[in-house]
Amino acid sequence: MVFESSFIADTLQHTAHTVADTAAAAHASGGHSEGFNFMHLLEHMKNSTSVEFPGFHLLLPQFAPVHVGGVTFDLSITKHVFFLLLGGVLLFIASVYAARSYKMSLVPRGFANLMELIIVFLRDEVVLPNMGPAGLKYMPYLLTTFFYILIMNLSGLVPYGATATGNIMVTAGLAIIAFCMIQISAIKAKGLKHYLAELTGGTPWYLWLIMIPIEILGLFTKPFALCMRLFANMTGGHIVILSLFGLIFMFRSFVVAPVSLLFVVGIYMLELFVALLQAYVFTMLTSLFMGLGMQGEHQEESHTH
Amino acid sequence: MDPKAIAYLAAGFGAGIVILGAAFGIGKLAAAAMEASGRQPEVAAQVRVSMLIAAALIEGATFFALAICIILAVK
Repeated sequence: MVFESSFIADTLQHTAHTVADTAAAAHASGGHSEGFNFMHLLEHMKNSTSVEFPGFHLLLPQFAPVHVGGVTFDLSITKHVFFLLLGGVLLFIASVYAARSYKMSLVPRGFANLMELIIVFLRDEVVLPNMGPAGLKYMPYLLTTFFYILIMNLSGLVPYGATATGNIMVTAGLAIIAFCMIQISAIKAKGLKHYLAELTGGTPWYLWLIMIPIEILGLFTKPFALCMRLFANMTGGHIVILSLFGLIFMFRSFVVAPVSLLFVVGIYMLELFVALLQAYVFTMLTSLFMGLGMQGEHQEESHTH
Repeated sequence: MDPKAIAYLAAGFGAGIVILGAAFGIGKLAAAAMEASGRQPEVAAQVRVSMLIAAALIEGATFFALAICIILAVK
């Protein structure tokens, strides 16, 4: 196989790298206690071309970038791409398993019960109040968003796992898809003419020249905020945990370890909560923006709760 | 002064000011939520949901600024 010959070499290379780095750091600092490099710590969060398993590094296949008409596609698999695919496969298996268990009985048990709890909560508290009954056809997209982001967020909290949503390109991709869905739902609900008319904002024709670019720019700010919020929440939690553990290496004493561990456990619980909350907030804001787009921002809509 | 040193200093000050704004905003939000829950306990659940949503939005704005501080600090 491709991996066997290279992962041994890669493990040796990685160990050699680490030894060289610590030697260089110790040498550069003159052998005093300041051999701690913060940037080295962040390597744990960054994307890399190998995936860690207990005991060895698996070097992932790298392909040469493909140039298609001026755009470069680099389809090599990196750690975050690996966890993206893993999250997708996990979600697919879990959903199919939960759906199949409905064939036995209409009353769900076990795992399907858990998924139904979340799905019913999202339907009754998020989709129906924001988008009304017409929003039910967008439920598959919103549910996928929620569960996929949740799985990716939680992957970073597992040993040897990495947070794919800690990569700004991943959250940017999710935000781009959300942007497309918001526009598609608005166009489908209001028709293309009315949607374009909304872009002018109801101003007289001589103001259209400045109004339309501003409105188009305003369309982009909301998904951009979605992207930044998810990325920064995931990355910030990991930076705090890594920094707290890095304190042990900075002080170079075992006494710091219990204190550090205590704080890390606290922040870890907070990160667990934040992972769930951010998945919910992403989904809720997407459905809110879709609802606003579908009904028009200046119409009165009666909410039945 | 070394530009890198100024960047690190600015990152530190920036992070401090960011947390000042965020904590102030979310504190006011939580105070209003507590008061509303105290006045009318039966809407406490809805108030809690709205509070979480507003807190997440404020945090989102906070993280914009924090991302800039991080960019400064890792230059």
